[in-house]
Amino acid sequence: MTLSESISQKVNKHGKTRDALMPILQDIVREKHYISDQDMVEVARQLDLSAADIFGTTTFYSFLDTKPRGKYVIRICKTISCSMKGKNSILSTMEEILKIKLGETTADKKFSLLETNCIGWCHKAPAILINDTPYTELTPEKVTEILREYIKQR
Amino acid sequence: MKNIPVKRVDLIFEKIVCKEIFKKIISMDPERIIQSVIDSGLKGRGGAGFPTGLKWQFAANEKGDEKYIVCNADEGEPGTFKDRQILDEVPEKVFCGMAIASKAIGAKYGFIYLRGEYYFLVSKLEKKMDEFHLLMKEMGHDFRILLRLGSGAYICGEESALFESIEGKRGEPRNKPPYPTASGLFNKPTCINNVETLVYTVMILKYGASHFMHLGTKDSRGSKVFSVSGDTPKAGIYELELGMSVDEFVEEFGDGDTKAVQVGGAAGFCVPRKRFADTVIGFEGVPTGGSMKLFNSSRSMYNVMHNYLDFFAEESCGQCTPCRVGCQQLLKGIEAVKKGERSSKYLDELVKLATTMKLASKCGLGQSVGNAFSSIVENFKEEIIY
Repeated sequence: MTLSESISQKVNKHGKTRDALMPILQDIVREKHYISDQDMVEVARQLDLSAADIFGTTTFYSFLDTKPRGKYVIRICKTISCSMKGKNSILSTMEEILKIKLGETTADKKFSLLETNCIGWCHKAPAILINDTPYTELTPEKVTEILREYIKQR
Repeated sequence: MKNIPVKRVDLIFEKIVCKEIFKKIISMDPERIIQSVIDSGLKGRGGAGFPTGLKWQFAANEKGDEKYIVCNADEGEPGTFKDRQILDEVPEKVFCGMAIASKAIGAKYGFIYLRGEYYFLVSKLEKKMDEFHLLMKEMGHDFRILLRLGSGAYICGEESALFESIEGKRGEPRNKPPYPTASGLFNKPTCINNVETLVYTVMILKYGASHFMHLGTKDSRGSKVFSVSGDTPKAGIYELELGMSVDEFVEEFGDGDTKAVQVGGAAGFCVPRKRFADTVIGFEGVPTGGSMKLFNSSRSMYNVMHNYLDFFAEESCGQCTPCRVGCQQLLKGIEAVKKGERSSKYLDELVKLATTMKLASKCGLGQSVGNAFSSIVENFKEEIIY
């Protein structure tokens, strides 16, 4: 499927009006984990909006990534509760296992490691999101086990 | 003033048959529905605390039949996680609240704006929404709910930013007035309520306004779902009667060494130990959207403050200068004082800046940064300096 076909599929699903923009952008991210410049230009063309407008909206939202990310985007919560309950040791454990630093993506394009603000699991801190799935009450051992499972997957 | 001791309540998570309640409500006049909500004294549970019945009345008074009900499920305040639990456990009650509101104001469409972080709830919510739509059809009530998702922007919890986001734009708050009840989503009269608020309207109509009014205090009627976290052996979600003091709260939830409680999240107030006894949790004292975070004596309040400011500096939408520049300068400022690059007197300048932000910022984000900042600096000055 060409890029244009892929976008037109989403436009057909959500509509051509401006309020369809967020669902369209969210679908692109869910599919390929980031929104490229070409995606933005094509969405603009199909919705009859300016590319600058699409860029403005896209870059406003932290989950609408405009940099290529891995198949599994790991977001570690850095807000107060998680920070108090050992977020740093979870982060360094993940960095060690994945052999990347915060903000980076593994060479095989499988994992990206990012920070995020409060994800609503403060009573079960520290917490991470792997794509859309939350993992809570983490310890270095527990997160190691979780990552090993993901590493096994294709 | 007499405080209410910590008392558990079970209204929000009580399992009920929504069909029965809705059957009763569908035959009521909109005026009677609104009057019941007004009589109950219910105030918005998202944090701002606007009287819910009045909001419904304003929206009902607007002419035209294109109006919207919006459920604000963009729960993003640090330390708040109760709406997630409500949507997970009793989604049908949230939908029922929206349907009641639609009957009250005369709306045919409702939107739920769910934060992207809670995407894992979507499949469950969609299934429950299908059942709900069948029920609406059966009842002959023309009302449909659409689900929209956020994408990781705290500011979209601000009502007008939320509308902008649903409309496919940057989540930048609008000028007010006009208020949402006059011109909200798609510039139509809109009634926007928090998840918990909507569920309370269902329970108020089930048990009657007086049942709710008899709970709590004059200024803070009813009960509230609290999200308890931090240094506590009992972190979790609790529905409690309003009107307790911080002292009573700490007695119940503290670890024996609590030095401060942050009430209302990063946008809320820090209550130090010496003020526990005379501070009521509620609209007459310190209001909260539910976030209650306990800190014991092992915690550095500088780190807490730094974490909050880092959060705000990232989440400020950048639209207005007081908030955009203010958040950055407060953060840089406390770092400079900590490093000794600035004298401790500089903190007074920063408090003035926080006050300016309160006065000059466009929306609640910039206006509330000063709450935590001033209350922490005022009570824990030494920890910020040394």
